Amino acid sequence: MKLSTESNFTKPDDAFRAVVEAHRGLSEAQSADLDAALVLILANHIGDIGVLREAIELAKRRMATADQQAQQQQQ
Amino acid sequence: MAQTKTQFGYRRHPDQDRRDGDPAEHAVVVVGAGPVGLSLAIDLAQRGQSVVLLDDADRIGEGSRAICFSKRSLEFWDRLGIGQRMVDKGVVWSVGKIFHGDNQIYQFNLLPEPGHKRPAFINLQQFYAEAYLVDRVDELPAIDLRWRNKVTGFEAHNDHVMLTIETPDGPYRIRASYLVACDGARSSLRQMVGAEFAGQVFEDQFLIADVRMAAEFPTERWFWFDPPFHAGRSALLHKQPDDIWRIDLQLNPDADPAVEKRPENVRPRIARMLGHDKFEFEWISLYKFQCRRMERFLHGRVMFAGDAAHQVSPFGARGANSGLEDAENLAWKLDRVLRGRSPQALLATYHTERSAAADENIRESTRSTDFMAPVSPQEARLRKAVLSLAKETEFGKRMINGGRLSVPSVYESPLSSVDGDDWRGGPRPGTSMPDAPVTGEAAFLTEAFIKAGTRFTLLAFSNGADIDAPEDVGVIRIGGPDGLADPQGLAGRRYDAEPGTAYLLRPDGYVAARFRHPTRAALDAALARATGHN
Repeated sequence: MKLSTESNFTKPDDAFRAVVEAHRGLSEAQSADLDAALVLILANHIGDIGVLREAIELAKRRMATADQQAQQQQQ
Repeated sequence: MAQTKTQFGYRRHPDQDRRDGDPAEHAVVVVGAGPVGLSLAIDLAQRGQSVVLLDDADRIGEGSRAICFSKRSLEFWDRLGIGQRMVDKGVVWSVGKIFHGDNQIYQFNLLPEPGHKRPAFINLQQFYAEAYLVDRVDELPAIDLRWRNKVTGFEAHNDHVMLTIETPDGPYRIRASYLVACDGARSSLRQMVGAEFAGQVFEDQFLIADVRMAAEFPTERWFWFDPPFHAGRSALLHKQPDDIWRIDLQLNPDADPAVEKRPENVRPRIARMLGHDKFEFEWISLYKFQCRRMERFLHGRVMFAGDAAHQVSPFGARGANSGLEDAENLAWKLDRVLRGRSPQALLATYHTERSAAADENIRESTRSTDFMAPVSPQEARLRKAVLSLAKETEFGKRMINGGRLSVPSVYESPLSSVDGDDWRGGPRPGTSMPDAPVTGEAAFLTEAFIKAGTRFTLLAFSNGADIDAPEDVGVIRIGGPDGLADPQGLAGRRYDAEPGTAYLLRPDGYVAARFRHPTRAALDAALARATGHN
């Protein structure tokens, strides 16, 4: 299986909102706790190490890109 | 340890009277009389080789050290004639429990199915294992075990190595065709061949205490994360023979070893763990560990085995057991090369197979250690998430890593023949032979393998036809008028057998090839491949 990056939710806003609301009112530490548990629950649900690795790669690539943009803006 | 001999005398050997220009010559010299060196020497001697075994001490090391010996190690020791003695003395266990705080969150059984001669593990102090191995060595005149013989010099030549050995009577030299270094984590031979190695050092310190007490705990492996008696750290409790209990406590990285080791500091902590203070200390030791291996296990005519070649964290019983797997892997190969029956290239497969196994052990044990001692706040958070999820989810329980216990590696090996037939199960080539109960001349397949000569052996499920096995290959027949019976059908099931199915087993009990309907030509080809003639 390959990581799906198509839009999979009929209502993407509902999904985004659900995650955001879960974090409402939490401290940074509590939010980090919640995210850690959420990542593991979802990773297990996917149950495919290849897909998980692709997802990690995408998330990390995005971080690298964001860092580059920040540096360019500073220059 | 009163009933076993642990102190051995130095005896002068005639080799020491040879003139310096005319040293004695030996086929195999093994350095280090620990579990690995002793087992290797016995295996080689049983195959008909003469072995000189050198050790720089004159006694078996103190402390329990390695205590968990795996099913695979016991099967190896069965082949060396000492498995039963180990099991008789050892504490048999297969259940592990994991606790978080006060609560049990996970339980596993390492050998959930019956029908194996040996249990998943026994716990036995290393000094007992070594003492029994030395007793076996004493029965084998082909092994010349020399205590207080310390290798201090080493020269590599094309067709031999030259060793300088220090003794209480001064130094002497011997020549060896092959040298096997089983001289432990601080191997001096490793330094002499210039193969020092770096690896990941784990900063967390662990304290081992062996305590003697009469206790009602079951014979299981208990592991705690964040126990009430040792907040924020981890702890392990394990039973050994003689009412001795092994306790491992994780300490802070900055703990002062000298202070932590003092009995007056260890005692209250353990009293809190056990709920009483009716115990005596047998041994207290503090350790850090490294996970690392040599780049090459083979340096010309010198081979490295056990801790000398690779080191892992102790959580997983991968140290001594993987060293013993090294020994069983090397013995038959070295024997064949010494007899000229296989090319020297066969020895290269010792490195190929066992270095991959070491990588696997290092990977597994690093993961366990990282789980026990998270290195960043986010790692700690992920671990906390796993531990809390484990209370209500199966996947959370399975992600908890309190040490994944040693199972034999599957070799991706040039000695294996690729499967040509259809298989729905059974051990593929490169896998160690599964045991199964049978009736007749042997009660288990592992016993039948020993009876067939602990050599290349064809395990054949009868279809009534004659078996045309290559010369010098043992045969275990299942079914038919003069074969072993498989009344429970477990042998057949574990080997995915149909009438006519045959497995070619190596002398270390690993599968080299398998066939639905073997022809003599196919068997010859598989045997040639498995003996390094390719």
